Amino acid sequence: MGAGHAHKLYRHGHSAVHALPAHCKIAAVFGFVLVVVSTPREAVWAFGLYALLIAAAAGAARVPAGFLLKRLLIEVPFVAFAVLMPFVAEGPRVTVLGMSLSESGLWGAWNILAKGTLGVAASVLLASTTELRELLLGLQRLRMPPLLVQIASFMIRYGDVITDEMRRMRIARLSRGFEARGVRHWGVLAKSAGALFIRSYERGERVHLAMVSRGYTGTMPVVDAGAATRTQWTRAAALPLAALAVCLLGWTL
Amino acid sequence: MHVPDGFINAPVSAATGVVAAVAVAVSLRGARRELAGAGPVGAAAAERTAPLAGLVAAFIFAVQMLNFPVAAGTSGHLLGGALAAILVGPYTGVLCVSVVLLMQGVLFADGGLTALGVNITDMAIVTTVVAYGLFRGLVKVLPRRRRSVTVASFVAALLSVPAAAVAFTALYALGGTADVPLGKVFTAMVGVHLLIGIGEAAITALTVGAVIAVRPDLVYGARGLTKPLELRTSPLAGPADGATPAAEPAPVPAAAAPAPARRSVRRVWLAGLAAALVCAGGISYYASASPDGLEKVAHDHGIDRKAEDHAAKDSPLADYGVKDITDPRLSGGLAGVIGVGATLAVGTGVFVVLRRRRTAATAERPDAGAGRPSESV
Repeated sequence: MGAGHAHKLYRHGHSAVHALPAHCKIAAVFGFVLVVVSTPREAVWAFGLYALLIAAAAGAARVPAGFLLKRLLIEVPFVAFAVLMPFVAEGPRVTVLGMSLSESGLWGAWNILAKGTLGVAASVLLASTTELRELLLGLQRLRMPPLLVQIASFMIRYGDVITDEMRRMRIARLSRGFEARGVRHWGVLAKSAGALFIRSYERGERVHLAMVSRGYTGTMPVVDAGAATRTQWTRAAALPLAALAVCLLGWTL
Repeated sequence: MHVPDGFINAPVSAATGVVAAVAVAVSLRGARRELAGAGPVGAAAAERTAPLAGLVAAFIFAVQMLNFPVAAGTSGHLLGGALAAILVGPYTGVLCVSVVLLMQGVLFADGGLTALGVNITDMAIVTTVVAYGLFRGLVKVLPRRRRSVTVASFVAALLSVPAAAVAFTALYALGGTADVPLGKVFTAMVGVHLLIGIGEAAITALTVGAVIAVRPDLVYGARGLTKPLELRTSPLAGPADGATPAAEPAPVPAAAAPAPARRSVRRVWLAGLAAALVCAGGISYYASASPDGLEKVAHDHGIDRKAEDHAAKDSPLADYGVKDITDPRLSGGLAGVIGVGATLAVGTGVFVVLRRRRTAATAERPDAGAGRPSESV
């Protein structure tokens, strides 16, 4: 989680994928990930087909491969975990390159790597073709509680503000010659965190009062209640349905 | 430790999804109550929930990016469950951490979409509930002081992180897709998270202390500890007004001021000692329990391996046999070192705090002797 990557999430464009309503895309991505997760891990070719499907979707969205691959880096900690797995797992052992590796551990590592990577790729594709606000409205249309959606939208809206506030505090610390080097400096950092909490909370109170003074009653007005058309749903369903076909083949073959 | 897709199998993921949905629904209701009571507005303020919880979620999101350097280039960051529970209450805490996890899953692809239930159950619910339960219990037991809030939040955060690790191990036991033996997962997860828990505890306690020093009314866990403000007239105003009650209350706090200060030091010392004992007991329990389980696993493992080796009767495999025996032993030793190191770290931490307090007390004593009648609160 590097700082300030919130702005780089969305990639502006006018492709067919961008034009789909958000809730269709969320449902499609969720269905896709669900199908991928329930595929047997022995069907190695199926995961290749899934990767091709994702690549096709990315091509339709005109998202360059480099962008997608760079965002996949968030997975690195679990890659490390997966690499360790063949060494610690039990079961019959096979010798690869002079190392004794557990066979089921290798399968487990492959399972996590393949399914995790596909899941991350699908989510990245969703986030890079859908605006944040659209995404939240889409979640609301998918019957997530409105209060939860509001909280999430406040978090997204003010996340950058709070992060910036934290950055300014850091610059203020630096400009006073403070540099955190070890455990002894935790007190100062924790005081910053405490100050950040107070500022966030008070900002929340101010935001609430400002909204009340503009007629807020606890619910946000829904401006565009536009439902998706049948064609949009079928277009969005192309990805999970193709994946489902692959999954069924994987179970039967 | 965001769980990705495919790590926990589908039935357990679905079940945890249901658990998470129920918990979020309950905490949506509870948070309305918690946040409405916080401000000066009064009861009819359920609409405060969205902005306040949203901003607190943004704070947790931001504070997770705050790096705390440990040593030699490594650094850690806060997980925030315990901090949120103590600062804004358990329901709001669960809600905010869940929203943070949801957004991380949907936007940043950090943690799988199908593993969202697992992540929320593990990191939002278990952490927050364990931390708040412990915190509440300790605050009830300890003397009603601000310092005991800090101590309680230290212990709560310390144990909440290993509790999440234990919960993760339980979920893994129910529906893990990998074939790693449970004992190893347990040892590794709990061992690592005990260390993480110490950092989390220190940061959480320091942060809660910093907030309490400035805005004690904002800390949900410290509610009811602050005395209501009382009106006092200063002795300087006495002659001007000629009022009779002015002379009475001023000298009493002035005389009482040094005594509570000394007593609070001793009480804090005792509380710290008790906390350290509890920690040492807990850690030594883990340290004695883990090698036991591990040794058992190693025994089984080693015996298995040996039998297989004899059956295979190959000479290079003997190497692996040795490796297989030394490996658990090494990890067993590592677990012991972790336990000892953890106890040592806690002990020295208490020592440092104690020494600092003692020097602070000696530095302050002349001040207190000089007497500041109007400032003794």
